[in-house]
Amino acid sequence: MTLKARPHITRDESLVFEISSPGKTAFQLPPLDVPTVDPAAALGEDNVRQEIEGFPEISEVEVVRHFTRLSSWNYAIDFGLYPLGSCTMKYNPRVNEVAARVEGLAWAHPYQPIELSQGTLEVMGALESALAEITGMDAVTLQPAAGAHGELTGVLLTRAWLESQGNPRKKVLVPDSAHGTNPATATMAGYQVQNIRSNAYGTVDVEELARTVNEDVAALMLTNPNTLGVFERNIAQIADILHSKGALLYMDGANMNALIGIARPGDFGVDLMHLNLHKTFSTPHGGGGPGSGPVAVKKHLEPFLPIPRLVRRTGGWTLDFDRPQSIGRVRAFYGNFGVFVRALAYIMACGGDGLTKIAMDAVLNANYVRKKLENYYELPHREPTMHECVFSDERQAKHGVRTADIAKRLIDYGFHPYTVSFPLIVPGALMIEPTETESKQELDLFIDALIAIAHEAEQDPEMVRQAPHSTRTSRVDEVSAARKPVVRWKPPA
Amino acid sequence: MLEACGANSLEDLFRHLPTEIRLKKPLKLPPNKSEYEILHYFNQLGAQNANRYASFLGAGVYYHYQPALVDAIASRAEFLTSYTPYQAEISQGTLTSVFEFQTMICQLTGMEVANASMYDGSTAMAEAAMMAVRITGRDSIVVAHAVHPEYREVLRTYAKTQGITVRESAYDDSSGRLNLDDLREKVDSATAALIVQSPNFFGVVETLNEAGHVAHAQGALLIHVFTEAVSLGILKPSPETDIVAGELQSFATPPNYGGPFAGVIATRERFIRQLPGRLVGQTVDRHGRRAFCLTLASREQHIRREKATSNICTNQALLALMATVFMTVYGRRGLRELAEQNLAKSRYLARSTAIRFTGPFFNEFVTVPRRKPEIVNQELLEKKIIGGLPLDRWYPELEGCMLLCATEMNRREDMDLVVEALNQ
Repeated sequence: MTLKARPHITRDESLVFEISSPGKTAFQLPPLDVPTVDPAAALGEDNVRQEIEGFPEISEVEVVRHFTRLSSWNYAIDFGLYPLGSCTMKYNPRVNEVAARVEGLAWAHPYQPIELSQGTLEVMGALESALAEITGMDAVTLQPAAGAHGELTGVLLTRAWLESQGNPRKKVLVPDSAHGTNPATATMAGYQVQNIRSNAYGTVDVEELARTVNEDVAALMLTNPNTLGVFERNIAQIADILHSKGALLYMDGANMNALIGIARPGDFGVDLMHLNLHKTFSTPHGGGGPGSGPVAVKKHLEPFLPIPRLVRRTGGWTLDFDRPQSIGRVRAFYGNFGVFVRALAYIMACGGDGLTKIAMDAVLNANYVRKKLENYYELPHREPTMHECVFSDERQAKHGVRTADIAKRLIDYGFHPYTVSFPLIVPGALMIEPTETESKQELDLFIDALIAIAHEAEQDPEMVRQAPHSTRTSRVDEVSAARKPVVRWKPPA
Repeated sequence: MLEACGANSLEDLFRHLPTEIRLKKPLKLPPNKSEYEILHYFNQLGAQNANRYASFLGAGVYYHYQPALVDAIASRAEFLTSYTPYQAEISQGTLTSVFEFQTMICQLTGMEVANASMYDGSTAMAEAAMMAVRITGRDSIVVAHAVHPEYREVLRTYAKTQGITVRESAYDDSSGRLNLDDLREKVDSATAALIVQSPNFFGVVETLNEAGHVAHAQGALLIHVFTEAVSLGILKPSPETDIVAGELQSFATPPNYGGPFAGVIATRERFIRQLPGRLVGQTVDRHGRRAFCLTLASREQHIRREKATSNICTNQALLALMATVFMTVYGRRGLRELAEQNLAKSRYLARSTAIRFTGPFFNEFVTVPRRKPEIVNQELLEKKIIGGLPLDRWYPELEGCMLLCATEMNRREDMDLVVEALNQ
């Protein structure tokens, strides 16, 4: 097989504090064109600090080399496949980055006059309409900063709507296959979380749901396709059960990549949902953020959306703060605008047909991986696969090799690991989402690597358990990091 | 590939979906566009906005120069297109830079631990309040009225559903600082935390030490909020502070019409287990070499689910990296010099205007122009200057006042024009 990776020289680099030496600088400031001011006189002697103890002092070229060397220790989507399930690590088109840096947009201040902000507001308006069309919903707020923040907004909207009906209710239902953010969000919004068990197919047990939903239930938070990559086929019935008891259906849109142009949540009974622009809509993850988590709702929830609302009036766009039923603000200003520009650029580059093609290719790629690997890894749920598939380490575990070991060994083959040990309903899960980004060649290399590892697990399990072997940093001891946390650098005593 | 999947067409892969929920018509979106067309579209929209105006707006979002290195490094694919560093062996670049970020935030704020970032300053403040509620077991928050109005709105949204009471404490009408008498009345034995922004929304440096004494006398915590991170280059952190919640937009992030920015929470080591968000810790690899990894994940949603300290998952890592590069570029001397330039510019702008508050200010201040703020601003717009922010929208009692900010980006000539307009 063709190897994706070989070891190469990596450069060592100390922490910036360790290479710092007094007097070095990398900054330039223009000469001051106004009189200098004595800080102690202007601010009061007690308010002025002496110096910033330990702050770095290095030269410009050292700054560049420092961060460039650090960067070389990272894996990234631009190196290859990033098969993280439910994370949708797809290619981040560079035109989006150029668009986001357009001066009139990037340097726009949120409080500049509205008549000098029509360009930024148009971006927001165009994105809101595109997302409403894609989801089949009636209104969209762009304010939430990330998926979990969108969830919080959604549950607060649920509560506000229920309150307007006379009773906020007590519980939010969360399937046991859900992302951890769902139960954490429901708690943050003041609800008790009731976990509901999945059936043998890994989907919602409709009969159990019907027995569980009562007047105490505010909403069900459902991911569809779920975290097994299985579409909840009874979705319309699930929605009916909730609606008949006055509860709402919230959809976690993390897996929307499987559905764009195929089916719309607004057409199958969803009342409200969030999207992740940093997943489905190609904005870069940046090592953990920024994201953006717009929330799309049906008409009945629209009055409760966060303030301000973007409205089009004769003469142009404006912001409406007069919304008496609004849940209030969930964030200062209007959301992660720079991420909106990137997502809108992506939607424009794809067009409606292109977005549909994306869902199709993403589903094809996941099905291909599943088919090619199902003889080597246990597939606990055999329902049709959408955009991701979930294996278990059952066969390899017999040799003492667990999903985390297989993941680390995958690094030696030049790939980022899949999502490890999630969803929780599959013991020892390997959760794989290839996305539409990958070619057959890349997928074949990945498949070959996992097949090779399956053999290694039988023949040389200890070698797999010690992986990775080719990286600059070998297996990291996470246990002792948590036992005695060292979370900042300190000068040697 | 289809054959391998046992399918004849792509459509076959979707046949298991109920037909009644399938989308029957194409999405109503414009046809796909080329790169050139896309950039043309955004350039045109950019041209509809303010372009090349001198601006004196601050109020939580500041114009500071972005050193060229920041974008060069943050644009590197290895940082830009990488995921959250859960797989430590191939994420040491991100992890190391976050460890440096956490360290520099501690050095700047005088705190002992800092997290890897929050969405922004406003949500950092709300999460800090919830953190204080967990630490103290109390359920009431006192927030200074001179905290950014939109931050207070976010706090109320978060607090409402958790049964947390929020009370506001007045500012002193003459100094623009905390009214300590009012504060002593508001902070009581049910108060989990007192939240004070410094420099506050009026640009005035608060009396954090006194605020801390009032809070601590009642067993409450003091949360210090900042929106202008450059002020940390010159202002002394208060030893009374228990939690710092701040906004780092000033460290190299363009205003972006309000986001993405990077918030952060820093605190004392003893509160580390109540800290929300990701945290990077030092450890070793199998060969005993220094390495870094995400740590204390048992606070977080993916492990603790409904018992987590917060639901936060995605943070603002790339913006935190930009702040780290910015702090490294400016360094020990540069940040101080930058802060001093800001101080000098704001003093020049303020020199012959009617300043509303007597409290010391950093780079923004409230002024009372001779004419209505709207008229002054309209006149300045004709000179391609965006003036100050009228405050009556949030503070009806400050009708006729505007908040003006001057940074190292503002030139003397423009400041002269503003002063002239204010005094006409």
